[in-house]
Amino acid sequence: MIRAGLPMLAAWIAAHPLVSLVAFFAVFPFLVPHISLATQVLTYGLYALGFNLLYGYTGLLSFGHAAYWGLGAYGTGIALAKLKVGSLWVALGAGLGAAAVGGVVAGFFCLRRRGIYFAMLTLAFAQLLYFIAFHLADWTGGDDGLRGIPLHPLWLPGVSVSLRSPLAFYYFTFVLVVLAMAAFKRILDSPFGAVLQAIRENSDRAVACGYDVNRVKLLSFVFSALFAGLAGALEGLRLTVVPVETLYWSTSGQAVFMTLLGGAGTFFGPFVGALTYLVLEERLSRFIEWWPIVVGSVFMAFVLFLPRGIWGTLTGRLHGQPGA
Amino acid sequence: MPEITFSALAAQVFTGLVLGGILVLMAIGLSLIFGLMTVVNFSHGALYMLGAYFAFTIFGLTKSFWVSLVLAPLLVGTLGFLIERFLVRPLYGRSPDDPLLLTFGLSLVIVETVKVVWGKIGLTVDAPRDLAGAVNLGFMNFPIYRLFVIAVTAVVLVGLWLFLERTNVGLVIRAGARDALMVRALGIDLGRVWLLVFALGITLAGLAGVLAAPMRGVYAEMGVEIIIECFVVVVVGGMGSLLGAVVAGLLIGEIVSLTTFFAPKLAEIVVFLTMAGVLLVRPSGLFGEAGRAE
Repeated sequence: MIRAGLPMLAAWIAAHPLVSLVAFFAVFPFLVPHISLATQVLTYGLYALGFNLLYGYTGLLSFGHAAYWGLGAYGTGIALAKLKVGSLWVALGAGLGAAAVGGVVAGFFCLRRRGIYFAMLTLAFAQLLYFIAFHLADWTGGDDGLRGIPLHPLWLPGVSVSLRSPLAFYYFTFVLVVLAMAAFKRILDSPFGAVLQAIRENSDRAVACGYDVNRVKLLSFVFSALFAGLAGALEGLRLTVVPVETLYWSTSGQAVFMTLLGGAGTFFGPFVGALTYLVLEERLSRFIEWWPIVVGSVFMAFVLFLPRGIWGTLTGRLHGQPGA
Repeated sequence: MPEITFSALAAQVFTGLVLGGILVLMAIGLSLIFGLMTVVNFSHGALYMLGAYFAFTIFGLTKSFWVSLVLAPLLVGTLGFLIERFLVRPLYGRSPDDPLLLTFGLSLVIVETVKVVWGKIGLTVDAPRDLAGAVNLGFMNFPIYRLFVIAVTAVVLVGLWLFLERTNVGLVIRAGARDALMVRALGIDLGRVWLLVFALGITLAGLAGVLAAPMRGVYAEMGVEIIIECFVVVVVGGMGSLLGAVVAGLLIGEIVSLTTFFAPKLAEIVVFLTMAGVLLVRPSGLFGEAGRAE
């Protein structure tokens, strides 16, 4: 009974994604030792989600997703810390805008090639941004990172909410992530989403069917950058600091890792992956200094033996085909 | 801007050849592996770094740079055998992204292991006494060690060319790159050839690492830096094209070297600018075979 129970539960969750998401994450902060961990699961999950849109659903492997995460973080951070913007919403908008611009520019160049070249190009773009951030120290704080980002109270109609308490910030993040997930679901369920997956399965055939594949890919790229940018902005606000490692290749690797761990091409995969990764990191990095070696080894093991990821395997096994 | 004397300029051009040479050794390895196996080895940079670290240790034990030069690449190559046999081979037939993902994880493991074993502080390997100092070529003075690197690169390239063009194994490799199915249909066991090519490519990376060590130092980030430059080289030169790897490698080497001379602030990003430029003008790269995992 229990054995059948888990895949059945997984199937139910897969069939009711938004409800499950809201229900789980509404109580999540009380299930983990620190609220900050819960918030990180949300932000990193969203980051991985952005990556997943591009890789799992459109079939484009990006090794430079830290670029958009970083643009979101720096955009929001610079708006608040350097440009002295007073409204959190405007600052978030700035971060999103920066990520979107990055997505358009990177997409324009990187999509000129396919497959592995595309992957290499995305990495190069992210590394370029890393250099720029390193050197524009007046704006980005250079090697020390952008510090002292003021966390203004949130302006809502009629009320101003302070986000200083970790729980308040968690629910602020929670609401934004749920909205983002709803948007994500809307994208996937739309004809556009169907074309995305068609491109993943057989790009040439999609072209033959008459779809403007290049435009669809670019749009997917920009959406993906927006999700990653929002996530980066939120994480920047949470930390009130944006370290320069935000743009480093290892941060790009985290998105890849979490998505693969959870299950590429699945709705919840990124969050499952983020949760697993962050919990393991929290538990293990205290005892094992060589924690990244564990990460890399587990990653390789997943590529070799469990390519569908945790969630992908759970949902896949029931239907015998790619799950939700 | 320093005074542009002919000898200063000439020295920079030669330095570009040195830089280019290292890039060529790396890019050829990458290209060979990709051309035959359609595998992108993300850990190529990490193995280059490993070559340098092995050289450091071997030098510490034997006090001989020459022994390090020979032994370190061979050790790295042996590791290459193991990697192909146990990590990459099982992925045959699956999505072409999988080996890229796997080698990405592998590079992380290698870099972190190096940090644990050798520490996080950069190390130094000294060039051998025989190659120290500079030689006067008439129009300029140039470090002998760097000339040595250029010479080694040239010798390796010629040797590789002879190997591919004049031996039976080379013939199989070239045929396998063009049509693996057909080669198999003719009864040739490509598995062993793949093993050889992979190990050969990795050995070249290790060699590049040893050669670069006295010039650039030995530190944990050297792998990432070089792999990105390599990726730019193959994007520009075309993957699977050895001529492309050579031309693009030397070209990028020269561009970086001359930019360092004329506009130092741009030097770090000029690689990316070049790549962007090539992408705009000739998307398939300078020599790339369009349509091949494009």
